[in-house]
Amino acid sequence: MKGQWCFMAEKETMRHGKQRLDTGAGRGDEETMQHAKGGTSFTISIGPVHPALKEPIQLDFEIEGEKVKNADLRLSQAHRGIEWIGTNRNPIQILYLAERICGICNVCHTLSFCRAVESIANIEVPPRAQYIRTVTAELERIHSHMLWAGVAAHELGFDSVMHYTWRAREKVLDTIEILTGNRVTKGMPTIGGVRRDFPEKHHKRILETVGFYKSIFGKLQDMLLHDPVIEARTRGIGVLKKEEALALCAVGPTARASGVKRDVRQDEPYAAYCDLGVRAITPKEVLGEVHGDVFDRIAVRLAEVAQSADIIEHCVRNIPEGKIVFEEKPIKVLAQLRGAQGEGIGRLEAPRGEVFHYVKMTGQEAPYAWKVKAPTYSNLLSILPMMREAQIADIPIIAASIDP
Amino acid sequence: MFGMAKELLRQLFKKPFTNLFPAKRAPGSVKDFLKAVGEGKKKLNPPVPVPEGYRGKIRYYRDKCIGCGLCTRVCPAEAVVLIPEEKKIRYHMSRCCFCAQCVEVCPVKALETTQEFLLADYKKS
Repeated sequence: MKGQWCFMAEKETMRHGKQRLDTGAGRGDEETMQHAKGGTSFTISIGPVHPALKEPIQLDFEIEGEKVKNADLRLSQAHRGIEWIGTNRNPIQILYLAERICGICNVCHTLSFCRAVESIANIEVPPRAQYIRTVTAELERIHSHMLWAGVAAHELGFDSVMHYTWRAREKVLDTIEILTGNRVTKGMPTIGGVRRDFPEKHHKRILETVGFYKSIFGKLQDMLLHDPVIEARTRGIGVLKKEEALALCAVGPTARASGVKRDVRQDEPYAAYCDLGVRAITPKEVLGEVHGDVFDRIAVRLAEVAQSADIIEHCVRNIPEGKIVFEEKPIKVLAQLRGAQGEGIGRLEAPRGEVFHYVKMTGQEAPYAWKVKAPTYSNLLSILPMMREAQIADIPIIAASIDP
Repeated sequence: MFGMAKELLRQLFKKPFTNLFPAKRAPGSVKDFLKAVGEGKKKLNPPVPVPEGYRGKIRYYRDKCIGCGLCTRVCPAEAVVLIPEEKKIRYHMSRCCFCAQCVEVCPVKALETTQEFLLADYKKS
């Protein structure tokens, strides 16, 4: 029942969001009627199965010739009921459920849930665990951005770049496997710390990985940013203006590529980011000017790979000694959480933007409520202004440019 | 400017990165190939070794188990089921999500992770 309410609330926000966009885009009823009378435009819908992005959404395009005149979005095509399942499980079990919300950014979801529960139960995380959490999250960011660079190249029809970036991504996956015990699903954060330590022998391996990404960074920039074909396909395509990004509450690299200096690591530092002073990267720092197009989004994500490499290197060199978890026995953690009451939130910067988890505990073993907001949900509306006046051939890359 | 063209030319003279597992050439029938491997007629191309601490298939030592049921409380996938009459557990590999939380919680080390990762099968048992 609770899950159903969450679902309806989601729908409600979508409806409001859409109304706001319609007025913002200046699309009046007259214009729509004109199209209907003239008969020159028609509507095609793409989705809800795999519409250039692997999420169940349906996009309706009003097409005139080769141009997209208007776009609309229909969400809520799939309901997994994860939040409802979570309200029937204890927090230790939810860790692995949260991990499965998003395959690529799994540490972010688990960490966000952990932070929400820790704030309810007033659990203090040891500093060494904070550093390990940061390193894992940043390794994941490199992995996600490299994957995305490959997908973007694939959507542009440049498959050799895709194979190159995915080959380069293998390095970070292997490192993650050595550190955490699995290539993708890491299972690293737990309530009050992390599950595995980074012993001294693994530091060399992490630094080697970081060095590898720094060494190929120039090559990647050459391939993706100085390539005339990629520039022709992405410059001036899918423009999201700064005002639109702010009005539609875009998050993560999508917002930053439009010149909005928004990054949870900078605005509300968590884990070890308090010691690092991370700054949000906008195209101004990378290219000198902000266009807010697909090219800028590629540039921002590439620059973030280099930024993550720097963060990891700093963390590994300055990692403090000490415990990695506040209480080693999970059963004792559960006993402590049973007495906890209250509400908590955990927000942090995933590779795609801000992840938000809300948890309410009422002294029972299972949480009373759990609400998740994944970054793509915040970013989806910004697809619509990007699609305006786009060519049909550019639809896949624009849809993929928010990194769904 | 011609970053990718240079890289493609360089790649021509490099060994392929992919490890061709289980065979260098795709066999006509995988079943026949595996049968031949079992009889010792053909050889497997070895997989990339998994690292130490890999979370593979869980091994259960029935004689060590004291039936305390802690693993059933932390298992997120209900892959570990307690049999109260026998004071033992039953481990369902097909439900397992390989988080190894049960291995961590077990007080007598009756569960452990192995390096085994080839788990696909036609039968569930």
